[in-house]
Amino acid sequence: MSTKAQDKKQQKKEDIIQASLELFASKGFYNTTIPDIAKALKMSVGNMYNYFKSKDILAKEIISFISKYLGNKLKEINEQDISTKEKTRKIIEIYFKIASIKPEMIDYFLRIYLSNREVFADGCEGMICVNEFVTEIMIYFEEGVACGDLRDQDFFSAFGLFMGYLGGMVFLKGENMLPQELEDYIEDVSNNIYKALSV
Amino acid sequence: MKLKVLWINAIACNGNAHSFLNYPQLEQILENFEFIYHPIIDSKYTLDDIIQKDISCDILILEGAISSEFKKDNEPIFNIINKYASKVSHIITAGTCATFGGIFRQSNYTYTTGLHFDEDKPTFMFSSLKQKTISIPGCPIHPEKLANIMFSIKHNINIKLDEFNRPLEYFAYTVHNGCTRNEYFEYKISNHKFGAKEGCMFYEHGCQAPYTKGSCNKILWNEVNSKTRAGQPCMGCTEPTFPKIDLFNTKKNMGIPANLPLGVNKRAYLTLAGVTKAFTIPRLEEDLF
Repeated sequence: MSTKAQDKKQQKKEDIIQASLELFASKGFYNTTIPDIAKALKMSVGNMYNYFKSKDILAKEIISFISKYLGNKLKEINEQDISTKEKTRKIIEIYFKIASIKPEMIDYFLRIYLSNREVFADGCEGMICVNEFVTEIMIYFEEGVACGDLRDQDFFSAFGLFMGYLGGMVFLKGENMLPQELEDYIEDVSNNIYKALSV
Repeated sequence: MKLKVLWINAIACNGNAHSFLNYPQLEQILENFEFIYHPIIDSKYTLDDIIQKDISCDILILEGAISSEFKKDNEPIFNIINKYASKVSHIITAGTCATFGGIFRQSNYTYTTGLHFDEDKPTFMFSSLKQKTISIPGCPIHPEKLANIMFSIKHNINIKLDEFNRPLEYFAYTVHNGCTRNEYFEYKISNHKFGAKEGCMFYEHGCQAPYTKGSCNKILWNEVNSKTRAGQPCMGCTEPTFPKIDLFNTKKNMGIPANLPLGVNKRAYLTLAGVTKAFTIPRLEEDLF
């Protein structure tokens, strides 16, 4: 396949992922079928299967896609020559920003990936399908400790605090329980997390 | 014809001289080389003769760190080195102290270093001799490496060296190369007990093999074993950074090793770790015996 044809196929896959995310968010994961997704994209069901052989395969590719997307955003922050405190703020800023402009993406992570582990059991063992994202969080922690900003501790006790807090805030937003916009909480949430993790 | 060798020990524990005695074919060495002086092996000349007389010599083997203050038999070690360095075709720094300063960098003598390096920084006092120097670090030196280099010199074999003058034949590899625990390393299985055959020591017990140049697992000690095979972590004794503190503990930052395998970048390492940690391999979790 030529590079141009490959790019075109990749673009189509991303279109399918985006349409699926929106449908999963509005109709629910189990209520959405491959024909529903094909219809939303004005594609034939047969053609859809040229891109994804099953809904489970699509589900796994979506989580990898989100992990790469978030991982790349975090990598850009990790590579900046700034303090761990500034990195903390920027990571939270980008996470809340994505949750606001692409709520279906974070929604998928929280409501589908974490809640339907049976779909992801084969092929997404452990953190394989969220590797890019978790790797960048690890680098943020490791470099924070190495430069003396963050307190050394077990990775998961720090990871749980960080992701649990952010996930909780986005979940509350999704339930329309937050009185303000997510961005209004960036300052406080960043300070709380940094205070909890710093030496 | 036997090549004449002077083995001079400076600020040293004599561990390298003793290690050399473990070379199984020592007789062959003595058939091919004559030690004009050696701290343990009988020699024709005394240390006093070496200092006072004009004795011909082909290879100078230096053991131990050096300092301008340090004297042997009231003669500054620098003078002894200079006197023989000009005569010989080759100089061998035997062991880590003679090469990088090693443990004796912490001696009370002023500015104690290796012949050409203070840890990884070049020194300049003897820089004109660098061209004829071969470094064989190790704490202690591996006797077979020293013997092989001596025979290579005798047979005029071209010895390729790295940036610290270490022979690539022995130092192009990491100690990890040939370690019998590689499967445990690959699948991130750290359940190691000191002295046991199971588990990898890199994750918890401070093993430095993945970033230490050496061939302990290619050319075994006493022809049978190595530290890592026996169940003790590699201490990185061939490197300019030796000795480090807290040798039996892996320094980690939030669970991630602070020192990664040589040349492996953090993202690559963590990505691979994430994949392998997702799986359990029962065979590698069980005791071997």
